[in-house]
Amino acid sequence: MNAARTLATARRVLRQLRHDPRTIALLLLVPVLLLVLLRYVFDADRAAFDRIGSSLLGIFPMVTMFLVTSIATLRERTSGTLERLLTMPLGKGDLIAGYALAFGVLAVAQAGVATGVALWFLDLDVAGSPWLLLLVALLNALLGTALGLFVSAFAASEFQAVQFMPAVIFPQILLCGLFTPRDRMQPVLEYVSDVLPMSYSVDGMEQVLRHAEPTGDYWRDILVVAAFALGLLALGAATLRRRTA
Amino acid sequence: MINKSSDGPAVRARGLAVRRGPTRVLDGLDFAVAGGSVTGLLGPSGCGKTTLMRAVVGAQAKVTGTLDVLGRPAGSRELRHRIGYVTQAPSVYLDLTVQQNLDYYAAVLGMPRPERRERVERTLADVDLTRHAGALTGVLSGGQRSRVSLAVALLGTPDLLVLDEPTVGLDPVLRRSLWDLFHRLAAERGTTLLISSHVMDEADRCDRLLLLREGHLLAEGTPAELRGRTGAQSIEDAFLRLVAGEGGAR
Repeated sequence: MNAARTLATARRVLRQLRHDPRTIALLLLVPVLLLVLLRYVFDADRAAFDRIGSSLLGIFPMVTMFLVTSIATLRERTSGTLERLLTMPLGKGDLIAGYALAFGVLAVAQAGVATGVALWFLDLDVAGSPWLLLLVALLNALLGTALGLFVSAFAASEFQAVQFMPAVIFPQILLCGLFTPRDRMQPVLEYVSDVLPMSYSVDGMEQVLRHAEPTGDYWRDILVVAAFALGLLALGAATLRRRTA
Repeated sequence: MINKSSDGPAVRARGLAVRRGPTRVLDGLDFAVAGGSVTGLLGPSGCGKTTLMRAVVGAQAKVTGTLDVLGRPAGSRELRHRIGYVTQAPSVYLDLTVQQNLDYYAAVLGMPRPERRERVERTLADVDLTRHAGALTGVLSGGQRSRVSLAVALLGTPDLLVLDEPTVGLDPVLRRSLWDLFHRLAAERGTTLLISSHVMDEADRCDRLLLLREGHLLAEGTPAELRGRTGAQSIEDAFLRLVAGEGGAR
């Protein structure tokens, strides 16, 4: 690993995005608009808005970063730039960390805007500190980036990459406890949800929602999500091959 | 500088073979590319030129036999600083400007910032793209894009340049100036260039030739030697006669 090459890669990814203002606008605005929508869908049930809204603050960054990363990496693979980079003195870790850093910056912006709007304009009622929400959101974004990097190795086209979104993310949304508490699911599903990272991010958001101070469960959730993100980033790096057929 | 022409071949292959599934894409190649030379790799589309080049730069899987590049096994980590590789399709970022592309690749090569700016400017001048430095690569023409891709390979002053069909589809004036640049690199910096083409009339611009067909080497030598050996007027004729002779020998 080399800090200069990692930073250069992150800067390059952000520069690419800067030439695509529409994507940036979509990344920043869509979560906000969906939260506004959600607020008025649950107009008569503010407790439900607090619960689902805070969970969504964690889920948005994961979903968007998953999509952005899987497409960006796939483009890197199909355009030949990845092959070229891997014949050059660039470590696989530099490339992966560069991507994670760039999308992490983006995720902080996205989660910052969404959290700000939710707390101060939509009166999302959270007992704990907004910084704790932001921390979960950031780790979720890294998790999304890591998942996206990993699955892009198994996608041969943009069509396939996009289809991995419902395949990888939707089951986690169904099982994370957002629709029904996890302990009321069929026991097998409860066990499955125990090993899915999104369960921990949603639980982490709920801890902040209900407790003024960070709880032990909150730190456990943070650690689990971070460990998943790092592990998947390492797996993603392992899918990069300098030699291909 | 290491590996000038006097230090022996820049690339040496013995029994080089590459498999893709059940087929042998390259089959027992023996050849050498002289250091500091401009060597043309000629053959029809699909004959294995790209696979051979990918093997040389260390991007090809399932390579057997011996393949030494600049005195080390192909794909060695130390070689990543010393080889410039240009793929057939321009491998640059279309959503960055020309300058931003070069700037990133220069950083990947580990060039310190002050040196980077000057190198990028000089390289842009080499490929005649100074006027387009600030343009988004995606809006450039195909020929301009492939020159951006070429510029990336020139950035690090590599000892070996591997160029896959670098002059396809270019304006003849520009093609001439690129060939001049290739020979200048060989003469002034001692760079070895391995350049593929499926256009036989580019053969006479090379010092030496490797003729490839269906994954095996038809012949190796200078253009004059190959014409002389076959009694042909052009390399295209020489190629045809070599194929015919080979058919008879089998």
